Amino acid sequence: MADEGGESGSKPGFLDHIKKKTRELGAALTGKAREQAEDLKKPEETQLYRAIFRIKHDDEPRNRALSTLNNLFFHIHPAKVNRDATRYGYTWGMGGITFYLFIVLVFTGVLLMFYYHPTKVQAFRDILYLENDVPFGQLLRNMHRWAAHLMVMAVWLHMFRVFMSGSYKRPREFNWCIGVLLMVLTLLLSFTGYLLPDDQLGFWAVTVGTNMARATPLLGSQGPFGPQLGMNAYNDVRFGLLGGSIVDANALLRAYIWHCIAIPLIASVFMGVHFWRVRKDGGISGPSPVMLESETKV
Amino acid sequence: MFGDWHQLWVIISTPDNIPIVAMLLFVPFFTWLAFHNALANDRLIAQLEGDPQLARTHHRTTYPYNSRWERELHTNPFLMRKELLAALIITIILMVWALTLNAPLEEPANASVTMNPAKAPWYFLGLQEMLEYFDPWIAGVIVPTLIIVGLMAIPFIDANPLGNGYYTYKQRRHAIWTFLIGFEAIWLVLVSIGTFIRGPGFMWYWPTQTWDPDRVEFNVNRNLDQIFGVNGHWLAHILPAAWKPEAVIIARGLFGIIPMVVYGIVAALFIHWICMRTDYSRKIYRKMSLVQTVTMYIFLITMLFLPVTIFLRLVFRIKYVWETPWFSI
Ligand code: HEM
Repeated sequence: MADEGGESGSKPGFLDHIKKKTRELGAALTGKAREQAEDLKKPEETQLYRAIFRIKHDDEPRNRALSTLNNLFFHIHPAKVNRDATRYGYTWGMGGITFYLFIVLVFTGVLLMFYYHPTKVQAFRDILYLENDVPFGQLLRNMHRWAAHLMVMAVWLHMFRVFMSGSYKRPREFNWCIGVLLMVLTLLLSFTGYLLPDDQLGFWAVTVGTNMARATPLLGSQGPFGPQLGMNAYNDVRFGLLGGSIVDANALLRAYIWHCIAIPLIASVFMGVHFWRVRKDGGISGPSPVMLESETKV
Repeated sequence: MFGDWHQLWVIISTPDNIPIVAMLLFVPFFTWLAFHNALANDRLIAQLEGDPQLARTHHRTTYPYNSRWERELHTNPFLMRKELLAALIITIILMVWALTLNAPLEEPANASVTMNPAKAPWYFLGLQEMLEYFDPWIAGVIVPTLIIVGLMAIPFIDANPLGNGYYTYKQRRHAIWTFLIGFEAIWLVLVSIGTFIRGPGFMWYWPTQTWDPDRVEFNVNRNLDQIFGVNGHWLAHILPAAWKPEAVIIARGLFGIIPMVVYGIVAALFIHWICMRTDYSRKIYRKMSLVQTVTMYIFLITMLFLPVTIFLRLVFRIKYVWETPWFSI
């Protein structure tokens, strides 16, 4: 050790060497950092950016189109749309609003599920807990409730606009039928959710509602020709819906599973088909050029 | 007691009733919007029909047009920013609503304490209202099924090729009237009656009339056969002896067929008369297949049956038009 130390004293110093190297390295690093800081002004050139987005976001028509087509969520849209079809005045945005509300409902609904047990002992208390103790619990519950009402309104208005603009006509007949089923599913979603707080409101609404099922022809214990086919309160459709002869624990569990799992799944599949068919049927129907009577082949 | 504005306010401001109150504003607005667009297109159609030369070159929409504009726009950003805007507006509305009004929560469910009135959520009040006029199997099962199937049948029975993808009134008068009657004049009116008019015991309360849970209504409804005094005496003479005790029931059952058939014929004639009114509708009508025509008649006759029965009940207090041991209408 001592020897080496002596040597370094006589030659150009080891320390000097290190100092020089450090200075060089410092200059190189600063230069590089400055250079790369410059590059950050163009984030779309970075590897990270390209890894995520795959394409440049600039005003090139090609890239504009790719920004839609290359994105899982956006490619539900075509790259280009009829210029007048983007007007609120034609579609009222109602189909899109319905879909957006569905997403809001899934989101708030999943959060509610963290706090809710579908049992007679806990369900009502969970709602009280949500309203009084869970941070933003009341807001969460309100948003879920009102979004559900808004979705019913939006579905009806969407159907109304599709009818008024004649958009159910060829080739969109089938998509109209899918839409009708979606409307029914929306109403069923709302209705099954009504029972879940396990309060008087839901209990009696569901009691009134399922009492009608008793009267189903053939399948209900009080419906036309039901008793003749051997239907009674313990084997008819109402029993199947409620999992019992009265609205009780089993009904709560059934409503919960229909509401949180089965119907949302079925509705999602139908929505997928609905959107697919909008595209396959040639995109939004209009506003199409008006036709004249003399041009029809009637 | 009338003039109870507080009662009216209580009904309107019930949190779960807000949507239908909102619908009473939205539906007229969107009806106006649709007609606003439709009438503008109708004027254009009239102009083009009067000027074949123009019809050949015209761009055929009422929207601003410039031949140098591209026909299509990029989805990003021109459509997406509108969707984002719509989502933002809806989010704001939802937030304000959720911050100002709490979702209702009643007492815990209790099978021994009946809610009065026990009402379904607003969007099902149309069906619950129907329960007042029809037996449960009709109101709760047949009517919803017919509504769903009927809606799905619309594209297949509407044989009119005009008005595909643009708003128009002139070219689709019958279709539009049918839908407005079905959706607004029947469905939404029933929902509104169920919401605003029905009080305790699901009885009829005029707006501003105080709800009274102790009110008793005397049931003065009669069947149509009672009004006509059908008692089976005549029938008893011709029936075999074993059936004689049943004579009243059989007579009623047979009698009920008459008004049903008469209604069916009158309604069918009415629909036929409407279909034959203009040259164009006559042409479409003739083009329809037999299945289309029959389906259309069945659904329209059934749809019109609802307001007729409701009218008979509310004005003439008639309960059943046709009563049989198995079902009654
Ligand atoms: C959960 C419910 C529904 C969702 C999320 C939904 C969503 C959509 C969306 C996003 C569109 C694109 C155009 C627009 O926004 O207007 C659309 C179009 C359409 N919808 Fe729906 N819809 C639903 C229910 C219905 C109902 C109840 C009907 C009719 C009974 C219907 C019939 C149609 C038809 C025929 C089209 C094509 C319209 C055109 O090309 O102009 N949909 N739907």
